[in-house]
Amino acid sequence: MNNTNLEVKDLRKLFPVHRGIVGSILRKSQRWVHAVDGISFNLDKGEILALVGESGSGKTTTGLCALGLVEPTEGKILLQGMDIVELAHGPRKQELRQKAQLIFQDPYESLNPRQTVFRAVSEALGVHKLAKNDKQKLEIAVSTLEDVGLKPASTFLHRYPEQLSGGQRQRVGIASALALNPSLLVADEPVSMLDVSIRAEILGLLLRLRKEHEISMIYITHDLASAAFISDRVAVMYLGKIVEIGPAKVVLKDPLHPYTRSLMSVIPIPNPRRRQTRTVLKGETPNPIDLPSGCRFHPRCPVAFDRCPNVQPELVDVGDHHQAACLLVDRQIP
Amino acid sequence: MSLLEVNDLTIEYHTEDGIFRAVDGLNFHLDQGKSLGIVGESGCGKTTAMLALMRLLPESGRIVSGEVTLGGTNLLALSTDELRNYRWARISMIFQGAMNALNPVYTVGKQIEDTLKLHKTVPSKMTKKTMEKLFDMVGVSSTRANQYPHEYSGGMRQRAMIAMALACNPQIVIADEPTTALDVMVQAQILDLLKELQRELNLSIILVTHDLGVVAELCDDVLVMYGGQLAEYANTDRIYNNAVHPYTRRLLVAFPDIQNPEAELASIPGYPPPLDNLPPGCRFEPRCDVSVDICSKKIPPEVEAAPDHLARCVLVKGYRNNQ
Repeated sequence: MNNTNLEVKDLRKLFPVHRGIVGSILRKSQRWVHAVDGISFNLDKGEILALVGESGSGKTTTGLCALGLVEPTEGKILLQGMDIVELAHGPRKQELRQKAQLIFQDPYESLNPRQTVFRAVSEALGVHKLAKNDKQKLEIAVSTLEDVGLKPASTFLHRYPEQLSGGQRQRVGIASALALNPSLLVADEPVSMLDVSIRAEILGLLLRLRKEHEISMIYITHDLASAAFISDRVAVMYLGKIVEIGPAKVVLKDPLHPYTRSLMSVIPIPNPRRRQTRTVLKGETPNPIDLPSGCRFHPRCPVAFDRCPNVQPELVDVGDHHQAACLLVDRQIP
Repeated sequence: MSLLEVNDLTIEYHTEDGIFRAVDGLNFHLDQGKSLGIVGESGCGKTTAMLALMRLLPESGRIVSGEVTLGGTNLLALSTDELRNYRWARISMIFQGAMNALNPVYTVGKQIEDTLKLHKTVPSKMTKKTMEKLFDMVGVSSTRANQYPHEYSGGMRQRAMIAMALACNPQIVIADEPTTALDVMVQAQILDLLKELQRELNLSIILVTHDLGVVAELCDDVLVMYGGQLAEYANTDRIYNNAVHPYTRRLLVAFPDIQNPEAELASIPGYPPPLDNLPPGCRFEPRCDVSVDICSKKIPPEVEAAPDHLARCVLVKGYRNNQ
């Protein structure tokens, strides 16, 4: 049986840069932001893939494309074999909206302050006709809230977001996504706004849900430590490209791309005795309008050599389902 | 004597709903050129205590007792006029979410120049030069001085805020969650910058955060706060390797460690106590997994677990001898 839930093939997304009045009068050529520039990956049922990278690496755009909220410039995205773009424009749009759900970063801003928990969780049930009447809505809301650990649900149903803690709010956010019984969840930095003491609970909850409901998940983060903990596979992105992808354990044990290594080295280690040499990259991700030639990472790469500005490295398989795009990954050096 | 000494600091918020004690009998000290990390979950009084040090508490906040001495002067006893020679000039603060604290309609350079003019740190002819020097110091090209905040990235805005905090040559800088909204690479850059400034200017830094990893990178000492009180206070190495307070121990295993991704995570169940309903005994007792009978009855005193290592827990050895 085919176990693939989501297939992303050669996904590209370019956003036009606004030229302004003067620009269009002078007929300046249109410039583009290369948010995502040719990436492919598969996601199995019940699998968690972490997209890791700095701001501007294209990880959120990839997530939004997978949800059908942003239309790709090129490439195909298939959810359970169905083309997402066709779905999003066709009569079965509702089905897509139900199957692919988003968990937001900031639970302080993503909940409507004037909606009770019950409404936040049940509103979409009506839209998708998953509940015939109010009684059924209530039943689903109660069981979903208990599923995400808000027990007993009756004490939460009629509360407003301001009466909840950050962790509880994020659970409500997860419950509203879960209530629709999705097959794909995109979680965009779901714990970065939460206190450290609560993060583990939320990560644990996501892990339990994917096991019980066989949900595939794209976990978007800049924090490799949490990615290592929650995901089965990790894809490291830089300027719209996947530079390294593989099983989380393999990638973290043996990172091959200099960017992955650097990202790993800057994660603060909670013990001064285990402090490691850090490779802090200078500056920030270059703007994705004027991309560097050759390997996009070469201007910031600590080990770049003369061929790097000229050759764009492709992902090479190094075994163990582990791929990296760097000329230094042995087989590419002539 | 230390550069900064905080003794028995107690702060209450007087509101329509009643009086809430946010900080309760807090003691700590900071030497010249050293850094102290203040750690704890949201709502444990970290920011309130720092605002009191700056005398910037909101109107409802009252300092009930205590002393904050900076180089021998009690900051809490100064008049508003006298305070001007201390606040920003000798002790300054980088606020939480400071990246959004820049005024969007003025250039960043002008905002820093205004600070210099207002405090008369340097002769007015020198303000532009000093401003450029500050840009240089925090690693932003001074050619960007006449750009507006929206033209800056998050990391650069944070650098600009650090420049502003340094404008009057303070001895102490309080940084409240300076890296929370930044991604890991920029966070590492900002931490490096703070370390470098500390070394070059012999600056003392108080770093307020809930991220123990960040503290391990930067700080000499760590103060763990819980429910407005000191929970544990020691040098960084002891906190990470010989922590005695159950809260500190739980915090240390609450989040994934990249060097040990297989380790079991244990979040701390429950939430910090609400200020209007503090438990009668140890503030951590309701969430503590090793509590004993007496914990729910009596607030434990601060006990020395070792020289220069304080903890507020009855299980710490030495407690019984103190009784």
